[in-house]
Amino acid sequence: MQRPDDTGFALGPAVTSDEPMTASDPHSTDVIIVGAGPVGLFAVFELGLLDLKAHLVDILDRPGGQCAELYPEKPIYDIPALPVVSGQELTDRLMRQIEPFHPVFHLAQMAERLEKLDSGKWRLTTDLGTVIEAPVVVIAAGGGSFTPKKPPIPDIESYEGEGVFYAVRQMDRFRGKRLVIAGGGDSALDWTLNLAPIAERVTLVHRRDDFRAAPDSVNKMRALVAAGQMDLKIGQVAELKGPPPRLEAIRLKLADKSEEIVAADHLLPFFGLTMKLGPVADFGLNLHENLIPVDTEKFETSEPTVFAIGDINHYPGKLKLILSGFHEAALMAQQAFRYVHPDKRLRFQYTTSSTDLQKKLGVA
Amino acid sequence: MRIVVTDQKGETRELEALDGWRVMEIIRDWGLPIKAECGGACSCATCHVYVEEAWLDRLVPPTEEEIEMLDGAFEVEDNSRLSCQILMRPDLDGLAVTLAPGTEPD
Repeated sequence: MQRPDDTGFALGPAVTSDEPMTASDPHSTDVIIVGAGPVGLFAVFELGLLDLKAHLVDILDRPGGQCAELYPEKPIYDIPALPVVSGQELTDRLMRQIEPFHPVFHLAQMAERLEKLDSGKWRLTTDLGTVIEAPVVVIAAGGGSFTPKKPPIPDIESYEGEGVFYAVRQMDRFRGKRLVIAGGGDSALDWTLNLAPIAERVTLVHRRDDFRAAPDSVNKMRALVAAGQMDLKIGQVAELKGPPPRLEAIRLKLADKSEEIVAADHLLPFFGLTMKLGPVADFGLNLHENLIPVDTEKFETSEPTVFAIGDINHYPGKLKLILSGFHEAALMAQQAFRYVHPDKRLRFQYTTSSTDLQKKLGVA
Repeated sequence: MRIVVTDQKGETRELEALDGWRVMEIIRDWGLPIKAECGGACSCATCHVYVEEAWLDRLVPPTEEEIEMLDGAFEVEDNSRLSCQILMRPDLDGLAVTLAPGTEPD
């Protein structure tokens, strides 16, 4: 099982990766979908039946959203016609269902900026520099972007980017430094083992003397401790010391109720991921308590040609159910077609009878 | 049946509880601030509560899964539990819990 703390490290295989395209040479498509959870995936299907092509952007390194990240092995009981299905199986089935439409995935990157071009199209830029342009945007971002959990330590924000890091982008930054790594999962253990050889000193802090990380990593860590090459403290980080953003020491509350001050240049907390709305808040859409209000005919936001479907939208009577998101995707697609092809007549057809649709699905 | 819940700001409320409901669901249903983002799947640790000592022994002990998931919570104490893993039943009438830091919704 992929643990929620596998942030930025040793992640599974990407489905479709791509070279970031620059502003001068962007990807071009019919619809940009922000979020590759179940609702974003099913939107590909509904759009595909209308011959609309889609690109999807997701912060996770694989499709599935919360189903893949939070509960891949947990059973879901309220998907129509599937009495029980796991989060991962639902994702796998949706991926199979949308295969005929060849969606393009831009994974492990955050949709960062949405701009309207003079042509009337939208340009979406990710934090990896991928640029996609399309006449229609669909926000299917669920509870927001998965981002690292921040420990509720006083003033921790004022140390971020200098004393405190939630991910390791360049190991070299930590060469010769005194590091405190907090957490007991694979991220904490993997970075402990990777950084111990180059850091001046690594201190791993975990609340109990048991680790859910891979046993092999735990054994290697214990060997380093036994050899005196790093420290292990059983306890929790209580206070950061030093003039922000520069960290000088960390006060630990140990499990035996005693306290200890550890000299440290950097703190690296690895406590898993949580969902934050993130840059979508700055897309210029009306918001209501971190949700995006939409109408219930087209699921369009305050900005024409931008839609919001699934858990991230809000309307009277809204229920945060996957099945509601599926319905919203179907209605959104009708209006998306009218925007992309204002000159074409939209003909509603059923997959059971239409040979045209069956050809698109590769079954006729 | 009732539970007594103190929120992150120290405000205490008594909530009517239903047999078989998860304590997290009761807190969420009454509109108290609780993130509980995985919805009760023991997968996120954002429904972390401190259980008043007198009640601790009456609870079904935490599973290994819950103990591991508490590693993703903050300021974990000996009386820390995930409220989605506590099921209400008649002999827990009056159960008192306090919402831990890190459970605040955005």
